[in-house]
Amino acid sequence: MAPELGIFALILAFILSLSQAFFGLTGAWRGKPVWMAVARPAVTGQFVFVVMAFSCLVYSFVNNDFSVLYVARNSNSQLPLFYKVAALWGAHEGSLLLWILILSIWSVAVAAFSRALPLTFSSRVLGVMGLISAGFMLFTLWTSSPFLRLIPAAQDGADLNPVLQDFALAIHPPMLYTGYVGFSVAFAFACAAMLEGRLDQNWAKWTRPWTIFAWLFQTIGIALGSWWAYYELGWGGWWFWDPVENASFMPWLAGTALIHSLSVTEKRGIFKSWTLLLAIFAFSLSLVGTFLVRSGVLVSVHSFATDPTRGLYILAFLVLTIGGSLTLYAWRAPKLYAAGGFELFSREFFLLVNNVILAAVAALVLWGTLSPLVYELLGVGKISVGPPVFAVMFLVPMLPLMVFMAIGMHSAWRRGKLTATAKPLWWLAGAAVLLSASIQGLVFGELHWLGLIGFSFGFWIIFSALLEPLRRLRQKQTLTAALLGMCIAHLGVGMFAIGASGVESYKIEKDVSLKPGGSFRIAGYDFKFLSAANVRGPNYDAVQAEVQVTRGGKAVTLLEPQKRHFWVQQTSNSKAAISVNWARDLFVAMGDPLGDNAWSMRIQYKPLVRYIWLGAIVMALGGLIAATDRRYRVKVPAAAQRLATPPDPNAELGSA
Amino acid sequence: MWKFLLPFAAFVALVVLFAFGLNPSRDIHALPSPLIGKPAPEFALTDVLDPSRVVSNATLKGQVYVLNVWGTWCVACRQEHEALLAIAQQHVVPIIGLDYMDEREKAKQWLTQLGNPYNAVAFDTDGRTAIDWGVYGAPETYLVDGKGRVIFKFITPMTAEVWQHEFLPRIAAARREGA
Repeated sequence: MAPELGIFALILAFILSLSQAFFGLTGAWRGKPVWMAVARPAVTGQFVFVVMAFSCLVYSFVNNDFSVLYVARNSNSQLPLFYKVAALWGAHEGSLLLWILILSIWSVAVAAFSRALPLTFSSRVLGVMGLISAGFMLFTLWTSSPFLRLIPAAQDGADLNPVLQDFALAIHPPMLYTGYVGFSVAFAFACAAMLEGRLDQNWAKWTRPWTIFAWLFQTIGIALGSWWAYYELGWGGWWFWDPVENASFMPWLAGTALIHSLSVTEKRGIFKSWTLLLAIFAFSLSLVGTFLVRSGVLVSVHSFATDPTRGLYILAFLVLTIGGSLTLYAWRAPKLYAAGGFELFSREFFLLVNNVILAAVAALVLWGTLSPLVYELLGVGKISVGPPVFAVMFLVPMLPLMVFMAIGMHSAWRRGKLTATAKPLWWLAGAAVLLSASIQGLVFGELHWLGLIGFSFGFWIIFSALLEPLRRLRQKQTLTAALLGMCIAHLGVGMFAIGASGVESYKIEKDVSLKPGGSFRIAGYDFKFLSAANVRGPNYDAVQAEVQVTRGGKAVTLLEPQKRHFWVQQTSNSKAAISVNWARDLFVAMGDPLGDNAWSMRIQYKPLVRYIWLGAIVMALGGLIAATDRRYRVKVPAAAQRLATPPDPNAELGSA
Repeated sequence: MWKFLLPFAAFVALVVLFAFGLNPSRDIHALPSPLIGKPAPEFALTDVLDPSRVVSNATLKGQVYVLNVWGTWCVACRQEHEALLAIAQQHVVPIIGLDYMDEREKAKQWLTQLGNPYNAVAFDTDGRTAIDWGVYGAPETYLVDGKGRVIFKFITPMTAEVWQHEFLPRIAAARREGA
């Protein structure tokens, strides 16, 4: 019964999202308040039915209903309850339903918090979001229903892929999708502004908190994915430049650029068309990512099972949404031109540089991801673009970006002169280099150019980010949430730079063969393989090794890596054991038995690796603080709330 | 204002690319080998099990044979090992192993523990022979006909089905042609 109810609820939600789109958009176009008034209740209704559909699928998973094909393929009666729920988004169909649920949550939030906005504008925003919802629901119903029955029912399910049976990966998709889908809000705001033919500073003020929220969820989602790959795939790498990782990274880059560009549009009323374009790009890149992951166009370890109809559908959807919004852009953006320049070394200048670099990096990553396809299309042959190429494409633009970041925090709007707080920057730069060199010499015992550059920039950015908050605290001045958030987010970037360059410069990875009693030394730590024993988990058997780690004879920790064999899928998977402290990770993963009780083991020393993810969390925290700034909560003056008749498109243009 | 049309134009190019990517006749796993139809590169290497013996494909001229590239470091090779053992039992063609970028002791241990499906295993320490053959990774399996030409290349682990459907018909055809 549950799956049929689920389908029915999803069909109702689809119809409601169509009416949300129709009444929201045409109502605003024709200036009919009664039509526009339909959009909000339609959002609420859509949300209720999507929740119902989602709950039906959760119910089928929790109750082991193996007469549902999707449940039979992705779950098993032995699977722990937590993973039964997480298995819902373990494959294509269910993860689409998750996407739809998150989109409807964002829609409800927009409907609830947009009452202060002009009615035509909020109706258009909800209308555009309705179109996107309808597109995804039709996709699910038509090509990818998770509610199909399996007759006769399976005795038991085929189980969730063992590598997905993990906490970080269970919560990674909801976080990442919240980010991906959240960019649809900025996208809808941009489309609504273009449809209205009017874009003022208030628009940027309304759009910015939504964009920051989407961005911070995506930041955390990407960090979780990286953390998962680090310990679960057993390789100890933290970023692989895999097409699917790139698909999540490109919208993040565009979103980061958008947040910065929005602040210029909000303060100065310039960069309007560029901001619009970034809002379109951030969501478009999310959609392109969806296409790449689900169409089978590129080879990736993360790809979902593919089906050409699905690829074709998403491509058609891309053409309609991205093509449509870019057409609208080509038509309307020229009219939104705002006069107003800026001086060299003003805040606007630094933010423009930030935008250009971030957009260039996003374009390079897109090129790197798609170039195998381009080469194949041109008949040049098959190529694959490896991590070294991406690393160079990423690093080269990042270095100037960090310099501009450290200085730009102390620039002023309009004036091409740095603030007084910037004075200590220059000697702080020297201090950062000295500090980095001495850490390298004293702690790691060797100078490494990448480490030196990364540490120096990292420390410099951290010092620079602390300057203004410290000055204000000392002088007992107020510190706005926006300023504090910006400084904290940039501090996170500094931490990330230190972590990433530290681990890449000083990591040690060894594959060794050890017998019980044997030991191996890296970075001053002795890893002694004591014994291996069989243990049993809820749905797997495992061999667990005891590895005693000592340093200079003193016990450090006991690591217990496992090699798990999952009963249902008959696959093995290595569960690494990691000892963590503030300075380094010690990492042991079991390989294969080599006979005679010997095991191959991968032993790694990863200095500072935690600062990569900690940096990302601090960035997200900074975003959260900035989004709570008072100015985003102040109500729009009542005058703006009056119901606007369709405005003369030219009257309001460039009103900033 | 043509510059505002630029993003749209770029997007059109992207759509063309994606439409090409969706072409159902395109096989993303196919890595065409420039070697197909060309003479198999010759090699003379030491035997993994006995360094004093030489393994060379020159002695196999006139015979259809299979060259299987593997290494003890390669997880997928372990996966295909069972299938190779079963195929060796059929005694259809000689199977020559090319142990690629490996350590001799580990390889010996592998063959004694897991069984040896090969008629002989050439030990390619520096991977130079593998480069001659255009090996991308392990495991890869090549089929060479009686005239010494490479007629088929298969990437990813060998299975009974692949042997049945891809190799046996080609072996039969090569023999008919050679006869």
